[in-house]
Amino acid sequence: MFTRLINSRIAPAIVPIFILMIWQLLGQFGWISSRTLPTPLQVAEAGIAMTKSGQLFHYIGSSTWRAFIGFAIGGGIGFLLGLLNGLSQTANRLLDSSIQMIRNVPHLALIPLVILWFGIGETAKVFLVVLGVFFPIYLNTLHGIRSIDPGLVEMAKVYGLRGFALYKEVILPGALSSILVGVRYALGFMWLTLIVAETISANSGIGYMAMNAREFMRLDVVVLAIIMYAILGKLSDTAAKILEEKLLKWHPNYVKR
Amino acid sequence: MRNHSSGARLLIEEAGKRFGDKIVLEGVKLDIPEGQFVAIVGRSGCGKSTLLRLIAGLEEPTQGRLALDDSEINGIREDTRMLFQDARLLPWKRCVDNVKIGVKSGSGDKEKALEALGLVGLRDRAKEWPGVLSGGQRQRVALARALVGEPRLLLLDEPLGALDALTRIDMQQLIEELWAKQQFTAVLVTHDVSEAVALADRVILIENGHIALDLMITLDRPRERDNDFVHFEKLILDRILERGKHEQRAVSYSI
Repeated sequence: MFTRLINSRIAPAIVPIFILMIWQLLGQFGWISSRTLPTPLQVAEAGIAMTKSGQLFHYIGSSTWRAFIGFAIGGGIGFLLGLLNGLSQTANRLLDSSIQMIRNVPHLALIPLVILWFGIGETAKVFLVVLGVFFPIYLNTLHGIRSIDPGLVEMAKVYGLRGFALYKEVILPGALSSILVGVRYALGFMWLTLIVAETISANSGIGYMAMNAREFMRLDVVVLAIIMYAILGKLSDTAAKILEEKLLKWHPNYVKR
Repeated sequence: MRNHSSGARLLIEEAGKRFGDKIVLEGVKLDIPEGQFVAIVGRSGCGKSTLLRLIAGLEEPTQGRLALDDSEINGIREDTRMLFQDARLLPWKRCVDNVKIGVKSGSGDKEKALEALGLVGLRDRAKEWPGVLSGGQRQRVALARALVGEPRLLLLDEPLGALDALTRIDMQQLIEELWAKQQFTAVLVTHDVSEAVALADRVILIENGHIALDLMITLDRPRERDNDFVHFEKLILDRILERGKHEQRAVSYSI
């Protein structure tokens, strides 16, 4: 019975459900004051109310939009620069050490500067996300291209693959598993950056929802916002995982068991 | 696949290669007629792999010239194919698509690829990923990839070195069979003298960047490991190991 439960598909959900139950009981019997932490049911009620008023989806929508615009720009630049520096020794010598220097500045430390540059509008938040996702994708693309087996590249040359064909058949697939690791990291950084950016200054989005609720001591909404972030993060990680399984079918380490 | 794509004549004139101050090959002269199977043997680091890379057009000679038929080798050529020690299959392509890489310029013909896989006896594994194949099967897929382009010159860079003894004998037979069928010129680099004697019409020994021995193997095919076979094997081995120089000279006259 126990082993069957462990092996079943719902196994990963057991621990979260258990924690929710304990949390609910602790709140219900007054062990935890609802001014410290609302119970899960209260949070769910707040969620239902906000869903009905349409606010919740509006906030999720604007957060997601920022996240993905930032991801597309930052990831795109990171990928292209990683490709350039991976393929050209000259570009690498010129650019890599500068990029490494910038990488070591925590990008959230730039928030005061970013607010001065872009104000508190959309641009500032997207810019921060761009910075957050750029580095993981850059580093992993570069690493992926560097670690391609030179024997395979030589083989491809003997068999007459050049230019775009060489890139498409050998270099990109060879770097792909590493690039996808970068994508997963970047998705994590994407939400992290966005949470901080939205908490500081926003007039929509989940971060705004949380900060606004704090003003009115609506703890249930604050907790709802946190849970929303957890769910969105989990969703994007799952998407990345599905992508990995689809693109790396050939890889013995990713074979579906 | 044409069964009589004839081989190319390979001419090497005073070719040499140096890396910085180190001379790897010097004054190599060879005339390999079309369709001949040549084995190049020697100790590791003697320059035999460098010679193969020169022939493949992967490196340029620092002196002399190499020519295939009447055109000089100055880069990678479509009529020359190479089989590497590690099969070098692209792990993200299924076997048949790996073989398709070898089909001449672009005309990605799946039928041709399947046919070539059939030649090496792996047609039923066409849809597999290379990762699930054994070492010998991978090398056979690589052989199919090399042959599907109907090369006129096939270069083999210790292709059987990493295989176990039984698989190796299988592969030797397969290579000999396909060579007899397609009549390409073949140059095999190996450190296994018995493999060289089993496969080649002619064995060339390279020592310190020079040709030290150029020996025709006058045995009938298919070759049996009989006394004559052992005689050739011993002759070459003795020369490599420089055992009893005088005695060996006497033997070489007795052929």
